[in-house]
Amino acid sequence: MTVEPAEPGLLQKLQASAREQVTGSPGDVVFKLLALGFTLIILLLAGLLLYTVWTGASESIGEFGFFSFIVTQEWNPVFREFGALHVIVGTLASSAIAVVLAVPVALGIALFITELAPPAIRGIVAFTIDILAAIPSIVYGLWGLHVLLPFLDQHINPLLINYLGWLPFFDRPAFGFSLLTASIILAIMIVPIISAIAREVIGSVPTAQKEGMLALGATRWEVMWKVILPYARAGIVGAIILGLARAIGETMAVTMVIGNAHYISANILAPSATMASIIANEFREATYSLYLSALIHVGLVLMFISLIVNILARVLVWSVASDPGGDRR
Amino acid sequence: MTQQAPTQTQRDSRDHSGAGPSLQATQEQRSHIAKVESTDPGTITIENLEAYYGNFRAVAPVTFTIPGRKVTAVIGPSGCGKSTFIRCLNRMHETVRGASSRGHVLLDGEDINGPKVDPVLIRRKIGMVFQKPNPFPTMSIYDNVASGLKLNGIKSGRPMNEIVEQALRQAALWDEVKDKLKQAGTALSGGQQQRLCIARALAVEPEVLLMDEPCSALDPIATLAIEDLIRQLAPDVTIVIVTHNMQQASRVSDMTAFFMMNEQRSGELVEYATTETIFTNPADKRTEDYVTGRFG
Ligand SMILES: Nc1ncnc2c1ncn2[C@@H]1O[C@H](COP(=O)(O)OP(=O)(O)OP(=O)(O)O)[C@@H](O)[C@H]1O
Ligand SMILES: [Mg+2]
Repeated sequence: MTVEPAEPGLLQKLQASAREQVTGSPGDVVFKLLALGFTLIILLLAGLLLYTVWTGASESIGEFGFFSFIVTQEWNPVFREFGALHVIVGTLASSAIAVVLAVPVALGIALFITELAPPAIRGIVAFTIDILAAIPSIVYGLWGLHVLLPFLDQHINPLLINYLGWLPFFDRPAFGFSLLTASIILAIMIVPIISAIAREVIGSVPTAQKEGMLALGATRWEVMWKVILPYARAGIVGAIILGLARAIGETMAVTMVIGNAHYISANILAPSATMASIIANEFREATYSLYLSALIHVGLVLMFISLIVNILARVLVWSVASDPGGDRR
Repeated sequence: MTQQAPTQTQRDSRDHSGAGPSLQATQEQRSHIAKVESTDPGTITIENLEAYYGNFRAVAPVTFTIPGRKVTAVIGPSGCGKSTFIRCLNRMHETVRGASSRGHVLLDGEDINGPKVDPVLIRRKIGMVFQKPNPFPTMSIYDNVASGLKLNGIKSGRPMNEIVEQALRQAALWDEVKDKLKQAGTALSGGQQQRLCIARALAVEPEVLLMDEPCSALDPIATLAIEDLIRQLAPDVTIVIVTHNMQQASRVSDMTAFFMMNEQRSGELVEYATTETIFTNPADKRTEDYVTGRFG
């Protein structure tokens, strides 16, 4: 009779079912071979994709070098100069701000739905959030362009500059087309993803755990902070990672509101660009092969950055999940 | 299953033998509930307490007094509402969605169901140990015991370390864990985990400790250790323990309450008396059948 450490069920069930599949009837063997075949197809596709992108980018790699391309900020098609640093920064900054904005909201929604809301409201809120997750990104982009952007420009940005102008992040020029606008759109887009997964994870926290804390004289609020969130932390980190991955790769909505400016600025009210947004924005304008190759090179870097983020994420989830909680205070 | 709270007359007219209502039987039944005069701190007086899940009445009105600083066992067949009843005593019942209760539960004369009473404060005075050990897996052994103290603050003003040690000693766990206080509470054996949960409940110095089948997941040796513990605690804390184990009830308790399901599937208090009376000379036939193992 041991109480499982945090986030037990799923992984162990998967392992158990994987173990069952290895042995058994001819049907199982056929199924196993089929599954193996599909897995190989996936790997093959990924390899082909990487190969294609790499060949597409080879001219740019030959001209600028894979790594110096990453650390160079120049982006000047007229003079055949290309470097991806500013769009890498734009991608990481917009995604990071989006995650910071989205996580508290998403967790709040997840906790509200699972722990606080009366059943009737719970259903409505959960349904609405799920609908939000299904809206195409171009629709978010249009809404951002025609509703959010003017609103920020007229009402929020002046306030930010007025009261927080002493920080380097809030300064003129502020047109509405900005890193901040893109980040907010991204945040709105990833809230449904994070909260949907967090909802599942939080919903699977055993009642015995919550009752254990309640019976010690904890308020609901204390139960959430001291039992539910710690117990569900590995799953919540996983949810955040998925949201982050979506934010890093998101293209259309960002392209429409970020302004696509080729420079790095600490001012988040200024226009900026992300890796995905310049590819979408300039692909048609790439009039000569090196330009096109540089854009594909950006795509290659984007693939690597996504990969690195995913690996870091896995390490994080793994370390969080295996932490026995020995000295967490 | 729509059933409204019955009036006292309805309850009284129900005959336990099922042979039709008769006044005599009614009076006989009522006399099976022993009157307890207790002024010791931690006395719980229960008046017409009933519990519902939605419209389903899980516990029919019960009225009796649990003496302070004594051990009271709650026994009865599965599903007769023992857990539901005991969870009404620290207002854990109402944390279940759709669940509600009526009637009065007085701790030292103060109604814990009163309109202005904060259930959170009640649970700090009336602790609970659950059937399945439920240490917090993200906390160390030390933090598990200290978790209630960190919520509530320390009543006596003593240092946290001292209280944690005392609680672990009271739970007869100190010697086994004193060298690994920083390890996860889930790394203990089942019996140790249950004693950890008892230590966790004792650390906040409750007046009452409710235990819902605390030994059902444990082996006989761990069970005996916890029974010893219960006997040792009794002079300081009122203990109410639900158990399926007749020997356990007879070994640890001073008073015993026997619950059974009535025709409406609501749990009903059939008999309440000293443990000795219940096990040697029960007044109700059904109690006798149950404690001698003839059913249930
Ligand atoms: N959460 C719940 N929702 C609805 N009905 C419930 C719930 N919990 C218990 N019940 C019902 O209430 C009645 C009493 O249940 P309870 O758990 O109090 O019984 P018990 O005497 O503790 O049984 P056991 O000895 O098996 O633990 C049962 O009929 C049960 O089906
Ligand atoms: Mg029970």
